Amino acid sequence: MPKLTIDGREVEVEAGTTIMQAADLLGIEIPRFCYHERLAIAGNCRMCLVEVEKSPKPVASCAMPVGEGMVVKTDTPTVLKARKGVMEFLLINHPLDCPICDQGGECDLQDEAMAYGGDRGRYKEEKRAVKEKSYGPLVKPIMTRCIHCTRCVRFITDVAGVPELGGTFRGEHLEIGTYVEKALSSELSGNIIDLCPVGALTNKPYAFTARSWELKKTESIDVFDAVGANIRVDTRGNQVMRVIPRVNDDVNEEWLGDKSRFAVDGLLRQRLDRPYVRKDGKLVAVSWAEALAAVAGKLKSLEGGRIAALAGDMADAEAMVAAKDLFTKLGSANLDCRQDGARIGTGPRASYLFNTGIAGIEEADALLLIGTNPRKEAPVLNARIRKRYTKGKFPIASVGPRTNLTYKYQHLGAEAAVLAAIADGSHPFAATLKAAQKPMLVIGQGALARLDGDILLGLARKIAETCGLVKDGWNGFNVLHTAAARVGGLDLGFLPGSGGRDVEAILSGAEKGEIGLVYLLGADEIDTQRLGQAFVVYQGSHGDAGAHRADVILPGAAYTEKDATFVNTEGRVQQTRLAVFPPGEAKEDWKILRALAEQAGVDLGYNDLEGVRARLVAVNPVFAAEGPAAAAWGAFGAEGQPSSDPLESPIDNYYMTDPISRASQTMAECTATFVGCAHKRTGTNG
Amino acid sequence: MSSTTTDDSFQPASFAFSAENLAQAQATIAKYPAGRQRSAVMPLLDLAQRQEGWVSLAAMNVVAEMLDLAPIRVYEVATFYTMFNLKPVGKYHLQVCTNLPCMLRGSQEIVEACEAELGVGLGETTADGKFTLSEVECLGACVNAPVIWIGDDYYEDLSVESTKAIIAALKRGEDPKPGSQSGRQYSAPASGPTTLTTLAGGDA
Repeated sequence: MPKLTIDGREVEVEAGTTIMQAADLLGIEIPRFCYHERLAIAGNCRMCLVEVEKSPKPVASCAMPVGEGMVVKTDTPTVLKARKGVMEFLLINHPLDCPICDQGGECDLQDEAMAYGGDRGRYKEEKRAVKEKSYGPLVKPIMTRCIHCTRCVRFITDVAGVPELGGTFRGEHLEIGTYVEKALSSELSGNIIDLCPVGALTNKPYAFTARSWELKKTESIDVFDAVGANIRVDTRGNQVMRVIPRVNDDVNEEWLGDKSRFAVDGLLRQRLDRPYVRKDGKLVAVSWAEALAAVAGKLKSLEGGRIAALAGDMADAEAMVAAKDLFTKLGSANLDCRQDGARIGTGPRASYLFNTGIAGIEEADALLLIGTNPRKEAPVLNARIRKRYTKGKFPIASVGPRTNLTYKYQHLGAEAAVLAAIADGSHPFAATLKAAQKPMLVIGQGALARLDGDILLGLARKIAETCGLVKDGWNGFNVLHTAAARVGGLDLGFLPGSGGRDVEAILSGAEKGEIGLVYLLGADEIDTQRLGQAFVVYQGSHGDAGAHRADVILPGAAYTEKDATFVNTEGRVQQTRLAVFPPGEAKEDWKILRALAEQAGVDLGYNDLEGVRARLVAVNPVFAAEGPAAAAWGAFGAEGQPSSDPLESPIDNYYMTDPISRASQTMAECTATFVGCAHKRTGTNG
Repeated sequence: MSSTTTDDSFQPASFAFSAENLAQAQATIAKYPAGRQRSAVMPLLDLAQRQEGWVSLAAMNVVAEMLDLAPIRVYEVATFYTMFNLKPVGKYHLQVCTNLPCMLRGSQEIVEACEAELGVGLGETTADGKFTLSEVECLGACVNAPVIWIGDDYYEDLSVESTKAIIAALKRGEDPKPGSQSGRQYSAPASGPTTLTTLAGGDA
């Protein structure tokens, strides 16, 4: 390991480390624009110049590997002069429009110009201007401000795997762009906004709405998919202005999917802000007391077997445990958190988790995708698969939809018969899996949310067992969920109890009149037509399909408005934080259920958040765990003949999957741009 | 220079290599090891330009597909090199060097002569579509300045008269003799050889 001296301090680092990385280790700050630790090194901004002894001129520290005995100086007059020179060049063509630039206040160029910029310009010639461009509804380019660091090009090409940006023309005329005008079609395109060190790429829906120093920052968790990306919710007053990713190397690194970033305008629209009761066929605004009394009266009038509860995809664990306790105490076992009908959750915990972990993908050396399109279902996780893929020696095969996943893979077909062939070893890909040291498979909801889902799950288990996916220290069996609530719900056993009905039986029971009351805890992705004559209670944040059908609406809080627990697809327990208060009279979800229980004469046994959280741990100790724990393997899935229907992804429109994104105007624009009119619109658009 | 091609009225809907060029393109691709086909991007763009006179967006897309490249990677190359014409040019593309040595040797008069003869300014094409006049950076033939580049040939040591003669010949559809127009051999001293003067066979 080479030893070098930086500013008189000695440091020993691994060979291949760059001077900049070594300096970062020592906490010595080197300014940079083009260098980013998660992107390929470009070395083109020249801001990171340092002096290296015996080198005739300053060197770019981001691209210079350390050498034994190197003596580096980062704070000499030469270095300062060099950096000032670079800064002067960068500012030659950079417009002086910071007062009207959205990046103002959080701009790397602005910050570094404070340290290295001159107090006046010497440039008297004309500045260049770049024609206005459009990258679609999410990213707003103002390329006159561009300093050509190429971070966005490297991200879109290497990380997102959708090479649509490049540098065209040259010299004075160099422009970063798509050349042919088009909307960036990556689901991760919003990340180039964060990467851009200047105001060339900014958040289009957020444009001119707030300044960075006005915002209150709350660290939270994303719930638009089951990855549980770590986010920061930026608010002003009682309004969510924007959402940006936080670094968590185990989950999302520092990326965020476009839906998670841009659907937040949906938090302001279609909101349920007061309780409603249906009177003479019309929903009428009422007081909380009246709404709760109406529900409690109905609950008390029906026997346990005739009431049922369904939890939606964004329900938090606190609300689900409260709902489960309430319904159990009322004598009902008709509970289900799998509104899509996924045949999963009855086996051991390992049967419904992403067991390798998201970071574990990087260790794997073979991958089989079953009935999933991770690009649409979990874009950040897909970027991790691509990251592994780009390192090479990672055979990927897919049984399911044939689509562009941003990496090359072998398409084995869409029929379940292929799975049976892999399981019995007659398919050539079985040999690939067996030859791998750490093979993995990912089974998606496209395979599980069907009538033969448990058979397919059984086949996947068989593949895992026969092809050596499960061994000491490695469990390559992975389930990719699409709902943030799902693993939490399964961990809590928000499932039909003994003699209880599952989602299909609840709906058919409601159709036939056997179920008298259905409690929808944010469940909108069901066929509300099938609720028949049942008394429907909808508790949730948005006026979507469920609320339209409801007889009583209890306004709940969205994920930015409550301290709530979610378990991601890996089984990682994470909490959202209250960033803004719920609108109007809406309340945190578990509190609504707690109040309702009291009205119905049931004592849940907890009165505060600590009590609910203690109850979560009592129901399942995993809620007390730090990080995902390795789950035990066991028997699960069913034997049988799977149907010959092709496996498909459950998501055809990435931009609209839940009540919040369906209420979002930005997501509607994305749908129009990327999905087109062919998309079947649902919910409130109907 | 315009960047994003918003005005694409002159862009053809499609492009296809002729059978002959396709064979040559495939031969070019085959020169590179498997997985390194992208190295053939410049020869293929050149081939497309030789076929059409310029490189259209459709041609770039065809090249991208042939080499299994993202289209933007081809756009980057094609726009980087000024020798790829991104807009249609006339049958004769007169590229006049106006860099320092040519300028010192009177390239300004050459440009003016071209403009007068063709009736178009720099960067323009004549109405009959036969001639395009462009100003280019150093062509690397300073010793024979001033220089015009037409097709695959350099016309060197130009004077206003010889420039006019070349254009007139082109207009008649003739093939004017390329190289030095002052009569000297290649870049030999204009006043005749100063060394090796006794060498037999020397014709200069």
